[in-house]
Parts: sequence; structure tokens; C-alpha cells
Amino acid sequence: MRLSLWRRYSFPASHRLFRAEWSAEQNDRIFGKCANPYSHGHNYELEVAVTGPVDPATGMIANLADLDSFVQRKVLDAFDHAYMNEQIPEFRECVPTTENVCRVIFQRLAGFPRAHIEGVRIEETGKNSFEYAAPSNP
Amino acid sequence: MIRVTRKLEFSAAHFYHNPDLSAEENRRVFGKCNNPHGHGHNYILEVTVAGEPDPKTGMVLDLRELKEIFDREVTQRMDHRHLNYEVPELAGKIPTCEEIATVLWRILEPKIRQGRLDRIRLYESPDLFVDCTADGMKDAR
Repeated sequence: MRLSLWRRYSFPASHRLFRAEWSAEQNDRIFGKCANPYSHGHNYELEVAVTGPVDPATGMIANLADLDSFVQRKVLDAFDHAYMNEQIPEFRECVPTTENVCRVIFQRLAGFPRAHIEGVRIEETGKNSFEYAAPSNP
Repeated sequence: MIRVTRKLEFSAAHFYHNPDLSAEENRRVFGKCNNPHGHGHNYILEVTVAGEPDPKTGMVLDLRELKEIFDREVTQRMDHRHLNYEVPELAGKIPTCEEIATVLWRILEPKIRQGRLDRIRLYESPDLFVDCTADGMKDAR
């Protein structure tokens, strides 16, 4: 039996999907409405999974206060109400699709000292969700 | 292989307190959950069973039987109970979502005779939940 603890957070943020080296037509063709130059936003729902042994003294894989403050510091302080293309440095190199947002958030959380970050899942809307799992499990 | 998931809900009270820690340490580690008067949640349990559909019935398992297992093993044991005092399997443990899910896995796993228990997901609230999954290794009991 394997145990994972999931915690859910939410943050509104905006983005625009486009590549500067592509023409407007090509951006429109690939990204459609998401290429709108004025950008647009979502209420992102973020789920973070941690795994590890349950500490018998606390009954916990990780203390939620520790996890919450880590996620706040590493992710929410930067992403909440941000325009991701401009304000999240990682997205100077890549398009802020939710696939890439998952990967970037996972990388920001991977150093959590209290437990192993197993993966993240993001709902971009009620219809779209994306998951990123740690490349290998302990 | 097909996975079938059935849900149930139960409501229970608990609080977190470790007698080996000082009152101050308990408050620091467990925060509001240390309130000795307890508090409660509407837990939602999702149980997933994996298997091949029986060619005669088209079913991985009989959902009525699963519902009876839920009533007998989960509802009677935990619904409208105080988890610190009334569930022997949790005696001596802090009744966190992790510990409750582990207890439920150990109770349910041997009871599933058609298909095999693949996952249980226990929600304490919409923003906190735990998954127990089969990892292919014999569980250390």
C-alpha cells in the first residue's frame, strides 16, 4: 500500500499563448483564441501530491502548515494574480500552457524538505486538467 | 482492465493530540486541530476496484455487495462517531486523513473478493485528501 497526501490551492492568473518568432497568422492557427494579444485569464486550481512515511508522532506525511507555507512562498506569491508571460521568469523561455505551468510549478516545489513531491495536477477550467508526475518515485 | 469507483460519505469528529508532547508542543504542531473538544468533517470516501468484467454479468463486481461492505465496514464503524474514542483500529494513533485512509485500506482490501482494491481516496475537505494505492508489494502489517 502506498499513501499520498493531496492538497488543493487556487490562484487566478493570466497568460497568452504565442511565440514571438511566429507570424500572427501562425500563432492564430496554432493557439486560436489563446493567442489574443491582450491576454486572458483563468482560475487555476492546483493540486499538490506528497508522499513519504507517516510520522507516528503526528500521524502525518507532512504538516499542512509547512506544506501550505512552502507552496505559498514558492508558487502562490508569484503566480497569484500574475500575468505569467511577463512575471514568471520561466515563461520567458516557454509558452505558459498549463502543461508547462504544471512542470514549472513541480520544479519550484521539488525541494520541499518535509516529504517527496509526487506530482501536481492543475485544472485550467472545469473542462481541462493536466497532471505532472515526478520522473521516478522513491 | 476496468476500474470501478463507488463513493460514500460519513461524518465524524476528531482532534489531534499526542500525549508524549507538551501542551504547548501539541498546540504548535496541530494548531486548531488540537482543540480537545474536537471538531468534525463530512468525509467522502471513493473506493476503486480494478478487474475484468465477468462475461456473464458485464460487471467487475456486484455493486450491491460493495454497498453492503461499505455499510458494515465503514458506515457502522465511523459514521457519526468520534474517531479518537470509538474506532479501535485508530487507538493510539492521531486520526489524520493519512491514518484513517490506512485503516480503511486494511479493512477493505481483504473484503474485496471480485476484482482487487486499486485505490481509496479519502477527502477530509475539498482541499485535503489522501490516496492509498496498491503498490504491488505485500503490505507490512
